[in-house]
Amino acid sequence: MKFRVERDVLAEAVSWAARSLSPRPPVPVLSGLLLKAEHGTVSLSSFDYETSARLEIPAEITQEGTILVSGRLLADICRSLPSAPVDVETDGTKVTLTCRRSSFHLATMPENEYPALPALPAGNGVVDGAAFSQAVSQVIIAASKDDTLPILTGVRLEFENDLITFLATDRYRLAMRELSWAPSTPGQSMSALVKAKTLNEVAKTLGGSGELKLAITEDDSRLIAFESAGRATTSLLVDGDYPKIRSLFPETTAIHAVVSTSELVEAVRRVSLVAERNTPVRLAFTEGQVHLDAGTGEDAQASEELEARLEGEDITVAFNPGYLIEGLSVIETKFVRFSFTAAPKPAMLTAQAELDGEDSDDYRYLVMPVRLPN
Amino acid sequence: MEREELERWRRCSILHVDMDAFFVSVEQREDPSLLGRPVIVGVPAERSVVLSASYEARAYGVRSAMPMSQAHARCPQAVVVRPRHELYYQVSSELMEVFRSYTDAVEQLSVDEAFLDVSGALRRLGSPVEIARDIRATVRARLGVPASVGIAGTKFLAKIASTRSKPDGLLVIEPGEALEYLHALPVNALWGVGGKSQQQLARLGISTVADVAATPLPVLLKSFGAMGRHIHDLAWGRDPRKVTPERVDKSMSAETTFREDVRDAESLHRALLSLSHRVGQRLRSSGMSAQSVALKLRYADFGTINRSRRLDFPTDSAARLYDISRHLLAAVGPLPQAVRLVGVRAEHLEPSAGAVQLSLDRTEENQRLVERSLDEVRGKFGSAGLTPARLLKPPRPPGQDQSSL
Repeated sequence: MKFRVERDVLAEAVSWAARSLSPRPPVPVLSGLLLKAEHGTVSLSSFDYETSARLEIPAEITQEGTILVSGRLLADICRSLPSAPVDVETDGTKVTLTCRRSSFHLATMPENEYPALPALPAGNGVVDGAAFSQAVSQVIIAASKDDTLPILTGVRLEFENDLITFLATDRYRLAMRELSWAPSTPGQSMSALVKAKTLNEVAKTLGGSGELKLAITEDDSRLIAFESAGRATTSLLVDGDYPKIRSLFPETTAIHAVVSTSELVEAVRRVSLVAERNTPVRLAFTEGQVHLDAGTGEDAQASEELEARLEGEDITVAFNPGYLIEGLSVIETKFVRFSFTAAPKPAMLTAQAELDGEDSDDYRYLVMPVRLPN
Repeated sequence: MEREELERWRRCSILHVDMDAFFVSVEQREDPSLLGRPVIVGVPAERSVVLSASYEARAYGVRSAMPMSQAHARCPQAVVVRPRHELYYQVSSELMEVFRSYTDAVEQLSVDEAFLDVSGALRRLGSPVEIARDIRATVRARLGVPASVGIAGTKFLAKIASTRSKPDGLLVIEPGEALEYLHALPVNALWGVGGKSQQQLARLGISTVADVAATPLPVLLKSFGAMGRHIHDLAWGRDPRKVTPERVDKSMSAETTFREDVRDAESLHRALLSLSHRVGQRLRSSGMSAQSVALKLRYADFGTINRSRRLDFPTDSAARLYDISRHLLAAVGPLPQAVRLVGVRAEHLEPSAGAVQLSLDRTEENQRLVERSLDEVRGKFGSAGLTPARLLKPPRPPGQDQSSL
């Protein structure tokens, strides 16, 4: 095998493909990147039985062939090369990379022991990459980081006609986002549970190139595939029954409060400075204002007041400041609306563009309060 | 007190208060018929160990941490009393309260011993000896158990003094007498000198504290590094460590040794559930929450591993402790050996402050209510009354209990 490609193109491709390599591969060959040169393109792929990644780059190929090399080493080398064409050439069981006056000799691994990557399922439809990324960032904050409950470390995707619903919960908050997409055939109804970590990677690395193609296998391989701009990744779905959580959103709410999103985030941050980790921040909404305070008794205390528009009775609720800040940070409108039924019940946060306007309900963040003593 | 006398006592104002056969003394207080008899506190099971032995039992060679079977062989007539840890913790906290009424500088070492620095209380309460007499009398009158007190200018010497004064005694080692006491001791009396360093010292011909003192510092530094300086200082009565009060317990734990080594998940899970309830209950009764949970496993060959995990927010719930400890166990992977002992430890404790992060999952709130009811019933009827249903009829008898704090 022998080919020449620009360093920047190679480095970018290698680093993306190597991203999904497991730091502790179940078998040694899975620490490798498979490079295949044929018909004017070099394809790179990686696989760890759970996720696979593959992409193609154009290259000047003088001799076709296939090699398997350490992905991490190749990525490190490519990053350190000067910006110039790189020649890659095999020589027996070694491969040589030459770029200007640098050259590297790497051992290759037996490519015939490399497992076949799962086939890419036929696409079910496409979604705007940027919108997809935004939706992912809004829901993964609520996914559990606690792997004692593996199901809750996933994000549930529900596809119903031209709507995708993203759902995530760690039992203390729940995030739900609705996003429209373009299914390839009408009347599709399916669902998938995908690790929040995987979705986050997809959003970061595939969300920036326009259309994102989605596919879910119908057989029992239980895969989801994402494809954008010549790059494709597959991931095993998380097994298990996701709890029915949509019903946790309150049907009606009697109390509504509207506050400036950025002012509230800053106030919560400041007030919770005095509090030890996890000490709740209390929000007391009255007509025209919200009073924030944290800290108790002998310890440090802080309080602050902000303008707020309140409909309904006065209400005082305490929250874990981290949960509140995470929810507020993914609301991109100028205002945020809190909807309450009663103090010990969950509060719902939605985005609202104008102080006097309506909220939009394509994103909803439900957060359970903290019950204070007495 | 004269100024001169005050100065003299200031240099000799560290108390080491240590209860004598603490668990046994508490049991004797509860049941006076045990007084004057050989008594052993421990679970009467073959693989269990002696937690505490009365001086009458010690006369037969029974020692703490000795296997129960061996203790029974040495003193078959001893009365064996099952440990009641909750009772001991309760007496212990009363004990610490008594100490704190003399000085704020109380450093709790374990459930039944503490260092007190009384240098700030001399004008108010008299000499350290008078204070120590008063503490002994108060503990005896209020808690009904005997305490021994050692008084010296350093922590190390105070501890040596209390050991020498036992049982039910009081001993002062004044600065002028310190070296005489010290140098007569074997080298392993020095803090930090264990089996390995003891052997290393023996190779240098050092077997007593006097030998250490007589060895030039450079020789010790060469063989032991910083540790060499430490033991040399101790051997000359120099111990700069201050009495540092701990505001709260940093951890609470419970562990159990299995009657027979186990490796099946079911037995381990059942033990974890029981331990989680013990730790959870203690957390709740002391108003603390844990920010981390740790699992301890001791294998058949006594190799021990600890695995811990930090929580998103603190907990005092047994159900949560159980979830996490079970997961920590799963994360260990296939067990390389059978397990002899398993423990659950709540770490990085902080006052609960009563705030509860509510959950969307109703079972969590229900569990909290159940645990609170359990606490109330236990408060009224003692700990034997209630236990999780899963722990009711184990296919094999549960392991023995060991104390820890």
